[in-house]
Amino acid sequence: MTAVTEKPRAVALTPNGSQQPFTVGKFPVYLAILLIALAWVIPALGILVNSFRDPQAIQTSGWWTAFGDLFDASAWTLQNYSTVLDQGFANAFANSLAVTIPAVAIPITVAAFAAYAFAWMEFPGRSLMFAAVVGLMVVPLQMALIPILRIYTTFDISGSFPGLWLAHTGFGLPLAVYLLRNYMGSLPSSLIESAQIDGASHFTIFTKLILPLSMPVLAAFATLQFLWVWNDYLVALVFLGVASPQNAVLTVELANLQGQFGEGALNLLPAAAFVSMVLPLVVFFLLQRYFVRGLTAGSVKG
Amino acid sequence: MTATPPVLRDEEQKAGKPHEEPGSRDNSIQIWLLRLVSALIVPAVLIAFFFTFEFLQDPQINKVVQVAVAIIVGVGGVWLLYWALDRLVYALPARAGTGVRPFVFAGPALMILGFYLVYPTIDTFITSLRNARGDEFVGLDNYVRIFTESQYLVSLRNSVVWALVVPIVCVVVGLAVATLADMLPRKAENAFKSLIFLPMAVSFVGASVVFAFIYSFRVEGFGDQIGLLNAIVTAFGGSPVDWLRVPLWNNLFLMVILIWIQTGFAMVILSAAIKGVPDDIVEAARIDGANDWQVFRRITVPTIASTIVVVWTTILITTWKVYDIVAVMTGGNDGTSVVAEKMVSEFFTFRNNGVGAALAVVLLIVVLPILVINIKRFREQEAVR
Repeated sequence: MTAVTEKPRAVALTPNGSQQPFTVGKFPVYLAILLIALAWVIPALGILVNSFRDPQAIQTSGWWTAFGDLFDASAWTLQNYSTVLDQGFANAFANSLAVTIPAVAIPITVAAFAAYAFAWMEFPGRSLMFAAVVGLMVVPLQMALIPILRIYTTFDISGSFPGLWLAHTGFGLPLAVYLLRNYMGSLPSSLIESAQIDGASHFTIFTKLILPLSMPVLAAFATLQFLWVWNDYLVALVFLGVASPQNAVLTVELANLQGQFGEGALNLLPAAAFVSMVLPLVVFFLLQRYFVRGLTAGSVKG
Repeated sequence: MTATPPVLRDEEQKAGKPHEEPGSRDNSIQIWLLRLVSALIVPAVLIAFFFTFEFLQDPQINKVVQVAVAIIVGVGGVWLLYWALDRLVYALPARAGTGVRPFVFAGPALMILGFYLVYPTIDTFITSLRNARGDEFVGLDNYVRIFTESQYLVSLRNSVVWALVVPIVCVVVGLAVATLADMLPRKAENAFKSLIFLPMAVSFVGASVVFAFIYSFRVEGFGDQIGLLNAIVTAFGGSPVDWLRVPLWNNLFLMVILIWIQTGFAMVILSAAIKGVPDDIVEAARIDGANDWQVFRRITVPTIASTIVVVWTTILITTWKVYDIVAVMTGGNDGTSVVAEKMVSEFFTFRNNGVGAALAVVLLIVVLPILVINIKRFREQEAVR
């Protein structure tokens, strides 16, 4: 494909350079890659190893010493996981699911209808309103905390799941409308026009034609929003955690446990951290493609 | 990327209905009222349903039931409402229907945005001009305090340093990783990139716990060091350091956590951009005798410059709002406070709404230029069509 090259390239910086064979001349490159990879892996490896160690051992020696008795079965245990799950993390896991699933599903539904209108309908103020949506993407959600909590407290709904679902819907909508509208708008207009000539209403065109075609971008936003809501700490803390501790999600429980660092909670932290990470990691590996697509398309978001 | 579709002016294609000329739109008061009502119905029903039913707020109730109800109402019910409203609009005279229907579709989203983002922004701004309890107008006093009292100045200073350091380190390391990875065979490249990208899936709180085992400190003589850094220090004969309490440097140690998370983002976006650099330009430069560094410096970087700016801006916004890492690791003590963290503690711990709101406004003001640039860029794209 690049047959015009005059001399062999020592190091390929070209788009198609990925198929280069290993050579000794690239040794510094491999060394750099190895060092960076180690720097990124070692922190996570530390708590992964620790989470399976004897509680006493976690408190008294570094995780790296565990490699000394790698094949000693008695050094490894699932005890930390069972303790952590019993001490509220099973409940917190259920809470996180209860928060996340509706907080992903509701904004997608509302945003999809809005995105269709912005893409394919004409109405006064259309471009102005969409510009406002673009602007709202970078408004820090910190701006919303005080007024919304005040309203929630007045109506006695802080600490409930629905309050959190709707808050996450509001905070997720700008990006959702933006991503979906850009995608829907890039679909060929001939498709929609011919459906209209066949007598289809906007509602039919939206549900039967546009939505099925928009699945990739719906999946991309769903992945982003899932990771965002699951990993969120601040919104859950303000609207859920303070008012009703029994509804606390994983991040809030984990932060509480971290606050007790050194008071005997030390041996529970690694297992607790992994309980909170397992689902996002599964989603990450299964849906990485959609995740990247969403990040790329939405990288103006704040 | 932002291709704008041609607008379908022909809203009413049903046989027998007269063709509406664009411009003959009805914008009377009645139409606007109908638009408003149709926009309000979906959010109103959502709120009414979620909050009038006591059982949804009962913490003892089975969570599976709660989630099931939420999905049925939040997706199924909302869907049904959109459909019913759409039907209703068809009952209107053609002209009115054409005017109202877009608001049936877009209205609910706009209303929710108005309630959760636009109204709070205005309200927070007003709160920032009032005293701690919000019962007295104090003008700019809260802002004066923020920019004169040392406790707030420390937060401001730290936030600025975070915003200067983290985005640049992420972009530079991300660019290096993307470039290095490009030289690997396909499979190794993907594995390496996944590895760097992985922390993006982890919560800031989780990442903080990960690094708690790096920075952990024990006073000398009170057992082995279980933190990696102190184990290394003591292995070389040094005495252990309480990393998170070392003045000024502790901020840097906290920044490392965010860098660990965000570099993967920079790497993924930049890697895609690097692969998009046209092959022939690189070939031409090599024929002219350019070495790797020259190709990188003179061709790759300038070609992907706009992507670099977008990545830098995105990480800047994330960094400027950082809260979780500081709150979990140090609680803002030992001179590590940042604006977003200070805001929450003013609001919840010290019950000072005025200063809390003023700090939130500071968070917003710094991203305002980015907001304006985004809108401007968007409108330019729209104008090009």
